[in-house]
Amino acid sequence: MKTALSISELRHTYGEDITLKNLSFSVGEGAFFIIIGPNGSGKTTLMKIIAGIEKYKNGRVSVFDKPDHRYSRKELARVMAYVPQVFPVDFPFTVKEVVMMGRAPHMGVLGFEQEPDFRIAEAAMAFTGIKGLSERKMDRISGGERQRAIIARALCQDPRIVLLDEPTASLDLSHQIRIMDLMERLKEEKKMTVVMVSHDVNLAALYADTLLILKDGEAVGMGSPARVLTFENLEKAYGCTLLVDQSPLGGLPRVSPVPQKFIRASRADHELHRGRDA
Amino acid sequence: MIAPRASLPRRILFVTLFFGAALCIAGVFGLSLGSSEGAFSEMLRAVMGQETADPMIGAIIWKIRLPRVLMAALVGGTLALGGLVFQALLRNPLAEPYILGISGGSAIGAIIGILMGLSRFPGVSLFAFLGSLSTLAVILLMASGKGMLKKDALLLSGVMINAFCGAVIMFLVSMTQDARLHNIIFWLMGDLSLIGLPQVGILAILLLPCFVLLFYLSHTMNLLLLGKEMAQTMGVNIVAATLTLLGVTSFTVSITVSHCGLLGFVGLVMPHLLRLALGADHRVLVPACLFGGGTYMILCDLLARSLPDQGEIPVGVITAMIGAPVFIFLLIQSKK
Repeated sequence: MKTALSISELRHTYGEDITLKNLSFSVGEGAFFIIIGPNGSGKTTLMKIIAGIEKYKNGRVSVFDKPDHRYSRKELARVMAYVPQVFPVDFPFTVKEVVMMGRAPHMGVLGFEQEPDFRIAEAAMAFTGIKGLSERKMDRISGGERQRAIIARALCQDPRIVLLDEPTASLDLSHQIRIMDLMERLKEEKKMTVVMVSHDVNLAALYADTLLILKDGEAVGMGSPARVLTFENLEKAYGCTLLVDQSPLGGLPRVSPVPQKFIRASRADHELHRGRDA
Repeated sequence: MIAPRASLPRRILFVTLFFGAALCIAGVFGLSLGSSEGAFSEMLRAVMGQETADPMIGAIIWKIRLPRVLMAALVGGTLALGGLVFQALLRNPLAEPYILGISGGSAIGAIIGILMGLSRFPGVSLFAFLGSLSTLAVILLMASGKGMLKKDALLLSGVMINAFCGAVIMFLVSMTQDARLHNIIFWLMGDLSLIGLPQVGILAILLLPCFVLLFYLSHTMNLLLLGKEMAQTMGVNIVAATLTLLGVTSFTVSITVSHCGLLGFVGLVMPHLLRLALGADHRVLVPACLFGGGTYMILCDLLARSLPDQGEIPVGVITAMIGAPVFIFLLIQSKK
């Protein structure tokens, strides 16, 4: 398997704070790679560094075995697309216009679309299920539809790696599953490498083939969900009492945070059940 | 089907021709109508190049009104484009050179230049440019820090910069006691009447390449509106693009301010109307604002000349009287 991304000895500081501490890992081509961890663990910073938005001083990031600084911005944009956590929608672009902007790295400065660009944009909209919305304004559609339009735009870049920063964060359950299923299809049908930051541990467990748990800029664990989502790893990362059991969905690990009242009740019974190591 | 019936280049051409035609029609009206005596039909004949009974009519039209109409077209286009660029860069539909205080900064620079006895070009224009860059630096300093400055904070800072610039201008004016005083005050209120044809020519030579450059960057402006991060990951060098856009716009705004004074809200009204009519694609909006803004300004100037029985109102008064209520309306709309 080829290596899509390799990060070695990455160190990043923000002012006085060290946000990433000598982080090293690699992502194989065609992987569904999800980074989880508590707030402030450095997930978003890591994502921005990979996307080429945030500069870093120490370490190396390589994309398909080529150091990222040897790519021009446009070259990188043809290999890797990025879906940020929040994006502005305060100007009345139509869905079609936003999706078409994804062709920018393949076009001239003025971005005049040719026939193939229309075909690619149309296919991306069909893939994400927003074809019927093409003439609608971005500020007149729902959050889930907007998210899919931004993803369709990323697909228009025709990338081999898609980076997403918490794409399900503000969506309801049905839209969360739709987005995640879409990512799975990207991986299965288009053989793309999907790298995602998520704070939803359970959703991550259901889809990822590799999970990276981040805490204070350090890797707490990395590997398949079944291997890495242990009580020890999770308590280390999140610092709270958690129950880890098996989900009826494919026997994958399921994590439940335990409310205080249950902890008190079980203490009283001397039956403090601290979770099983999966 | 995603492919639109009219392809983008055709759409740009159509919009350019449409607003170009509007500009020409407004121009003919601007040449033919005004405070001077004379029948409209007579004037129109003179504009069309035919002989008129009174040779004075021809002189008025070509010596006085022509530079004025051309100037109005240039200034209107510049300010509308200035508004468009600032709205895209600050991602704030209420941004505009005058509201942000950039025109005010240019005016301070220009007055200092005038008081030093420099010529309009290049002396006063250079000072105006320096003035606009200083206010721009203040705005950017406030807008950086924690991400983009919020809508209200940006407008508030603009109001404060404007108030400060106003005070400095009043101070400079109060220190002036000779004949320059009347000139300065009239110019400050926005005035197109003092310009000769050679000056218009110089301005056109300076401004036209800037317009071309702004059109060249129009698709980049589209991408920037998706946010800095997304633009960057789509191949845009945002630092270079932002600095070029800001530099070019401050330059065009400051040289028009140094010639015509403070013409407020033009950069607000036109981009907003055109965005409603044509959508948000800047490749269409740049030519539309250029020609639409010029048309708007010619008509405002026509109003300024023909409303009073005697003399004229400074055109800045007209643009502010139309623009300020529009601004308030947009502010209320955006709160909803």
